[in-house]
Amino acid sequence: MNFDYNEEQQLLADSVRRYLSKSYDFEARKRIVGGEGWSAEAWKQFVEMGLTGLPVGAEHGGFGGGAVDLMGVMEAFGDALVVEPYVPLVLAARAIERGGRNTSMLPSVVEGRAKLAFAHAEKGARYTLDAVQTRASTHRLSGEKRAVIGAPLADYLVVSARGEDGIGLYLVERAAAEVKAHRTIDERLAGDIVLREAPAEPIGGGAALLDETVDFATALICAEAVGALQFACDTTLEYLKTRKQFGVPIGTFQALQHRIVDMYISLEQARSMACLAASKADGERDARERARAISAAKIRIADAARHISQEAVQLHGGMGMSEELKVSHTFRRLTVLAREYGDADHHLARYAAL
Amino acid sequence: MDLNYSPEELAFRDEVRSWLRANLPADLREKVERYEHLSKEELLRWHRILAKQGWVAPAWPREWGGTGWNVVQRYIFEEELGYAGSPPIIPFGVTMCAAVLLRFGTQAQKKRFLPRIYNGDDFWCQGYSEPGSGSDLASLKTKAIRHGDHYVVNGQKIWTTLGHYADWIFCLVRTDPTVEKRQEGISFLLMDMRTPGITVRPLILMDGAHEVNEVFFDDVKVPTENLVFEEGKGWTVAKYLLGYERMNTGRIGESKRQLTYLKRYGEHLMGDTRWRDRLSRLEVELTALEITNLRFLDRMRRTGQPPGADVSMLKIKGTEIQQGLTELMMDATDPVASDPLAVAIRNRYLSTRKTTIYAGSNEIQRNIIAKMTLGL
Repeated sequence: MNFDYNEEQQLLADSVRRYLSKSYDFEARKRIVGGEGWSAEAWKQFVEMGLTGLPVGAEHGGFGGGAVDLMGVMEAFGDALVVEPYVPLVLAARAIERGGRNTSMLPSVVEGRAKLAFAHAEKGARYTLDAVQTRASTHRLSGEKRAVIGAPLADYLVVSARGEDGIGLYLVERAAAEVKAHRTIDERLAGDIVLREAPAEPIGGGAALLDETVDFATALICAEAVGALQFACDTTLEYLKTRKQFGVPIGTFQALQHRIVDMYISLEQARSMACLAASKADGERDARERARAISAAKIRIADAARHISQEAVQLHGGMGMSEELKVSHTFRRLTVLAREYGDADHHLARYAAL
Repeated sequence: MDLNYSPEELAFRDEVRSWLRANLPADLREKVERYEHLSKEELLRWHRILAKQGWVAPAWPREWGGTGWNVVQRYIFEEELGYAGSPPIIPFGVTMCAAVLLRFGTQAQKKRFLPRIYNGDDFWCQGYSEPGSGSDLASLKTKAIRHGDHYVVNGQKIWTTLGHYADWIFCLVRTDPTVEKRQEGISFLLMDMRTPGITVRPLILMDGAHEVNEVFFDDVKVPTENLVFEEGKGWTVAKYLLGYERMNTGRIGESKRQLTYLKRYGEHLMGDTRWRDRLSRLEVELTALEITNLRFLDRMRRTGQPPGADVSMLKIKGTEIQQGLTELMMDATDPVASDPLAVAIRNRYLSTRKTTIYAGSNEIQRNIIAKMTLGL
């Protein structure tokens, strides 16, 4: 039993945090979001720090890291509200590696020459992974995918589609798809995708790989959420200590003290479950056990995201509503993270069914 | 990061588990599982079985009968006791009074009291709360005035758990009403419950059970040798004890057992999404608390330091979960059924409301975190 990061994990998390606090603070992020919606310079730094290689095995030029190795990085990303599509890259790269048929393209991902997105969601499917209408027939895909994070920036898409043998995952060049770009409410670049007989390569995995990949993603965003939750708690605490009304800091009022204590308790409970999710994503061989633990984690994270983000805004008063304060952006990110890869209701149903 | 116990810790857990399987009397276990009342004799029977095995006071130093287990082993042991459905080890002697004597007592006091606590010869209770002093404990009024070689005690304690079983009571009393800082006038005093002038009166709670009492002191003569630590330093002792108390209020093993039981007992409701989702959320909260608790233990083991004030969150969450479990259990019963189990479950729901009030109400725990951890 040990809840620390090892030395390598800690060093990586520290260097990512250092970079983000220097070059990706709230002002810098405003410029990124106000411009193209992503930063080529930040992405270059992520590549140089080895983040694109982290989830990929050594035989393809990467470091073969798991969810626990990525936790510290994800927490730092959640704190800084990074908008670049890193999680989609991790998922797509992992799926390609585990599928085994298209691994020759992985070094280009590791080296930062190719960006990836992961297209699993469809209109009307909510969070269900097997409600796939996109059709696959001999190296061609047709159908529509919804709100694919990072699609406008990607060079390749990993797409779930239904073929003769059931659900499979396919590699598609982004250029072969029609992408209608938009910004999500948490200011990330996403795209709705239409595929019309788009050329596609099966990557060599089906429904089980899709499940495992999305579970891994869920574990990652649990850690990302913990970073955002920690920021929301800390910035609210700071506000309670500095904001004065009736001649005293509002943090002297017991009604507010108890509410922020509950926020911190919620944060620690969420952090515990993020630890569970990451360690089960890496170490649990039984798919049912893994899925159950990860759904449990997502239920707790979603509940904490709702509780803490809403309280953070409320305790900031009018300022919490303002675009000018980072906390309102953290609110938006947490609102999305609570639902991404399944909201609490979805995971409650899955948890009970397993 | 590794959330699993080490092979050595797992072996220890298995040793405890198999010992419990062989030595926990079935009649006691069944009573605990069915939420039935345990008599003094039943509590002591279990105490003595553990004492004979050498496991009744794991946290004590070895010279007084402790096991030498580390914090993780002690936690595993406690959780296994709870999970197996063993009767509680009544904390007032073994955990609380002993902790105080070991830290602040004289050698003579240790020799006099510790072996009798260990063997279950003396049953202890705690005299803290008073009618006017609940959360604001330092306002307590029970007076102890020194007359040569003894104190004369007058006043009243309330909510004295199992006071009607007790041979001894440890009390916070006011020895100096004149000091400006009221905490400095408080002392920690041990009293034989058979001393003339002590009267115990039952307080029946809403579940109909007699567990707590009022204790009245009317010119009670207490020898000065029963003072623990210095006169006027009782608040230091009390604070030490409060910190000690809070680490052990999560009761995760017991809650896990109840959750397992609840799944069986409420099986007919598992098809009801609304009920099932409430159960799942509670199970998730318990899983999270178990890991949070392990994170505290991991930190204590690495730093060798006692937990910080944020340990209060274990009390808050643990008791909220206990209440959630008894509420779901009650919802799973037929509300008008008259069979003994249904009645016991409903009474347990009533009784469990106390958990967020005792040992420092959950609001006081939030005050502690706000002040000590968050700096508000």
